[in-house]
Amino acid sequence: MKLITAIIREVQLDKVREALIEAEITRITVSRVSGHGQQKLEEMYRGQIIVPDLIPKIKIEIAVNEAFVDITVDTILKSARTGGHEGKVGDGKIFITPLEECIRIRTGERGGTAI
Amino acid sequence: MKYKWKIVLTMLVLLSAGTTGLYASDGKVVDSGATAWMLTSTALVLLMIPGLAMFYGGLVRTKNVLGTIMHSFVAMGIISVLWVILGYSMSFGSNVLGGWFGWNPDYFFLKGIDDTIMDAGIPEYVFSMFQGKFAIITPALIAGAFAERVTFKAYCFFIAIWSILVYNPLCHWVWASDGFLFNMGARGAIDFAGGTVVHISAGVSGLVAALYLGSRRGYPYQVIRPNNLVIMMLGAGLLWVGWFGFNAGSSISSGLSTAQALVATQVAAATGALAWIIIESLHQGKATALGFASGILAGLVAVTPAAGVVQPYGAMILGMLASMICYMAIQVKNRLGYDDSLDAFGIHGVGGISGALLLTFFIRPSWMQEASAAAGGSWTVWNQLGIQVIAVLIAIVYSALMTLIIIYLLNKVVRFKSNEDEEMAGLDRSYHGERGYGMLNTD
Repeated sequence: MKLITAIIREVQLDKVREALIEAEITRITVSRVSGHGQQKLEEMYRGQIIVPDLIPKIKIEIAVNEAFVDITVDTILKSARTGGHEGKVGDGKIFITPLEECIRIRTGERGGTAI
Repeated sequence: MKYKWKIVLTMLVLLSAGTTGLYASDGKVVDSGATAWMLTSTALVLLMIPGLAMFYGGLVRTKNVLGTIMHSFVAMGIISVLWVILGYSMSFGSNVLGGWFGWNPDYFFLKGIDDTIMDAGIPEYVFSMFQGKFAIITPALIAGAFAERVTFKAYCFFIAIWSILVYNPLCHWVWASDGFLFNMGARGAIDFAGGTVVHISAGVSGLVAALYLGSRRGYPYQVIRPNNLVIMMLGAGLLWVGWFGFNAGSSISSGLSTAQALVATQVAAATGALAWIIIESLHQGKATALGFASGILAGLVAVTPAAGVVQPYGAMILGMLASMICYMAIQVKNRLGYDDSLDAFGIHGVGGISGALLLTFFIRPSWMQEASAAAGGSWTVWNQLGIQVIAVLIAIVYSALMTLIIIYLLNKVVRFKSNEDEEMAGLDRSYHGERGYGMLNTD
């Protein structure tokens, strides 16, 4: 089991989510986060161009069984890229970490079937 | 409102530059009581526009909150300017082009009313500004029908053109002393404060626009949740308060008819709200805050044309019936699946039509007696209902047709509907480059 964590652009959320649903990956957790990456976001604020410290992003967390890792990653790669297929600085990152255990609260089931 | 209009426009006189003080050249005196109330009403009606901005703003998703609020606010800019330049003249000038709209060179830029005091005892500036607020809120109401999916630029052009070609002529027909609906039947079509002019026209235009532009991305399968129902409730509250200016101010006086309109307004809003949550509880099991707010609006919309002619019991029944009918209209919308996003048609269109027709059955007896006398014999409820039906049909057909033409032509020049990327990113980011909130919600 793996935990896939993707940091993506806010504006891409709908696209990524819809692509994941199409790929039948429906169990996801989404949160609004902010941070530093390579990207510098210039914003217009009261008539001046400013660069805010922290750039708002969306974090998607998906726990998957091994068989679904690749399709999940591919789907996110395809849907989270902006500027055609080239991609742009600021499109985000995907982290994959081993997942030790997964327990469904309702039934107490453990492991791959609980995902 | 009727009582004063006939004299309103007959008195325009260009005044000599030397006139001073409260007295106009023809010796009319300012009635300070009436003027004070009309000034207050003018401010109250303006307050409804931020109220509407909050009501609509709270109902959309986080990414569209500022764009939606701007739909109301930008109307305060655009329509105020247009109203001063030509709106007042088109609405309250004398018939031109066979009565399509009015025109009076003195009203152009309001340049000829600098010293004018009306027969009602209020400076004409006050009256023109009071009416201007109605002109602002009407196009802003339409925005609810196509919320979350139109470009800001096209919206600005749309409300400007719509105001000139739809609002001003309708306002002229119904409220100007030589308007043909004002003079229809014994005592005219009854539209005290804007059932046909404001709510039916805005609601129907909204429906046409929503159908023409198509629905939002993902509607109706994807859940589209309001971002902030607290703001929505505050907006509904402001609308209720502002409506006292809207209705009671439409008496253009400070007296008995003002009081009658005030009471009808309060009663209809309250019964509308209660009726809605009762229906909702019976139908779906819970009384929602949004339901209460919708009921307030349904009641207020229905009593708008009626406030001058119904007594409290009539207002109560109107409010209740309006909530029932609007509730059903929204169920029907959900079945049909068209995207009148914030129910501009479901509440304003349907509520306005219901109020304008049903009010006929609750007209106070003294009004009917005067109507009979004016008709030279008898004037029945059914006679008046006929007039109301004609006025409502004219408002529906005219605003639907004109809106269709305006959107069709405008769309050739400026793209009206947001493209997919803009819609996904949200109006705030796409057209204003801003965010409504800090980091609160994800949708």
